[in-house]
Amino acid sequence: MDKDFAKRRRRELIVAFCLAVIAALVPLFVKDVYVQNVMVLTLMYAALSQSWNILSGYCGQISLGHALYFGLGAYTTALLFTKFGVLPWFGMLAGGVISALIAMALGYPCFRLRGHYFVIATIVIAEIGLLLIQNWEWAGAALGIDIPVRGDSWLKFQFTRSKLPYFYFALALACVAWFVTWWLEDSKWGYWWRAVKDNPDAAESLGVVVFNSKMGAAAVSAFLVAVGGSFYAQFVSYIDPESVMGFQFSLLMALPAVLGGIGTLWGPLLGAVILIPLTELTRSFIGGSGRGVDLIVYGTLIVLISLALPRGLVSLFARPKFFWRKAAVR
Amino acid sequence: MLTAETIIQSLASGLLMGLLYGLIAVGLALIFGLMDVVNFAHGEFLMIAMYATFFLFAFFAIDPLLSAPLVAATLFVFGAVVYLLIVRFAVRAKANAGMVQIFSTFGLAIVMRGLAQYFFTPDYRSINTSWLGGKTISIGGIFLPEPQLVGALVSIAAFAGLYFFIHRTDFGRALEATREDAGAVALVGIDKNRVFALGWGLGAALVGLAGAIMAIFFYIYPDVGASFALIAYVTVALGGFGSVFGAFAGGIIVGLVEATTALILPPSLKSVGIYAVYLLVVFIRPRGLFGSM
Repeated sequence: MDKDFAKRRRRELIVAFCLAVIAALVPLFVKDVYVQNVMVLTLMYAALSQSWNILSGYCGQISLGHALYFGLGAYTTALLFTKFGVLPWFGMLAGGVISALIAMALGYPCFRLRGHYFVIATIVIAEIGLLLIQNWEWAGAALGIDIPVRGDSWLKFQFTRSKLPYFYFALALACVAWFVTWWLEDSKWGYWWRAVKDNPDAAESLGVVVFNSKMGAAAVSAFLVAVGGSFYAQFVSYIDPESVMGFQFSLLMALPAVLGGIGTLWGPLLGAVILIPLTELTRSFIGGSGRGVDLIVYGTLIVLISLALPRGLVSLFARPKFFWRKAAVR
Repeated sequence: MLTAETIIQSLASGLLMGLLYGLIAVGLALIFGLMDVVNFAHGEFLMIAMYATFFLFAFFAIDPLLSAPLVAATLFVFGAVVYLLIVRFAVRAKANAGMVQIFSTFGLAIVMRGLAQYFFTPDYRSINTSWLGGKTISIGGIFLPEPQLVGALVSIAAFAGLYFFIHRTDFGRALEATREDAGAVALVGIDKNRVFALGWGLGAALVGLAGAIMAIFFYIYPDVGASFALIAYVTVALGGFGSVFGAFAGGIIVGLVEATTALILPPSLKSVGIYAVYLLVVFIRPRGLFGSM
């Protein structure tokens, strides 16, 4: 069994590497700016959802307030750059560290809560953050921040002529988020988290430090999401509170993981690859009329997938042998 | 200027609004108490109730006060249909049951918003010439808006009716019994699905009643539900999941806290007070004020 397991782990790594190489080659053939834009967003959502999945999927602490960390990352980077001229790379790091610290500070009281009480707490905390930023004059209040263009360079992480540098950064971020998840899956933390998710009381009695493992998951998850937020600020070069910290964004971040397969290694990526292009396409081709058809299509899809495939789209890829074995056991 | 008069004035209107919040939230609490499902489309139920009231007024000149029972009946049917078509299957999910419930009802919310945009356009609408619209009444020097006052009375009546219904009727007892143990209830011949469908109908009818009142003094647009849904979730959680009458107390607290916050902080921050009080309460009592689970 151990041998099988090691083999599976190695195979996952190889598959991921091949997918990353293929993805890196795609822009050589696809020159259309619109399509490249959709690819950047897809990779970004894959990374965000993978990070969200660490706390909500593996550790089972469902957060619908992760937009807070995304917004913190975006705002830290944008404010440091526009007000103090600090390079976005440092802003990105600062945003990540600040978010991780805030996640732990908030986790301290919140991780005592369970079920819906926890979920609602995450929503209202993010909402408080949103309202405070909307009323903070120095940070641009509800209007947000326009990031001035100072010419294309990797140093300032700004590119106006080509989307490609953003594409490669988003790809790298998605790879990092995937690799962190892969690595954590087979670490002490990974096993602790799954134990906490399944039954916190039993885990506690078996010596899992439940509280600390939740804090760890929150910090890793928030750090990665904040880096995604910093990236987004540079990518769109204009941020406002509602678009980076709104409740809608918390849901958008969770959806790929939920539809792809929550608490699984490949779920967030699979969900993002299917959901994001579909969202963007319906928005551009039928949503242009401004009459909500894109919402109808999108919402129907969410209802159908969540009802038909409660384990997410990854369950379609489960080998038939698995089903057969399961049926035999029953 | 904070004078005793302005404080009493805003507490009084806060109380009225709070009773309405309770009425908006009680359907959510009822459904949760019955089957542990949080309806993430609750705000959209409110939205369609407001549109129904608006169109009954616009096309048939029926005043919201008269159409309220009609709207409640419509929502009753709608709620039961939503249970039979979607929620019934969501609760059967063998894996990730919590997630499936959240996202199937959330998907429904998105569809409903899209349909409202498609059929009703994103324009803001309002009912301008209803019997109560824009009128205020002065009681002992305090001015109270009549729509909110009537809303508060309807809310109190609805809670009283619900109390009677749950504790004194056969169906109410079936509801309570199904809540306690759905499996055992099936053994004595009560159809669980029927009780759940009626529970969803009742929950939707109550938010329908709230929507008809809200339509008198609030703008009606496809996203209107979103702003009230979060307040409704906080109201229910504050009172404690599983407790229908916790929603009543929760609503009053939310209304008073909102009014008090608006006195101290800029109006755009008035919700911060509600959220802060929610966090404070659950940090001290992790199951809300009257939560049983």
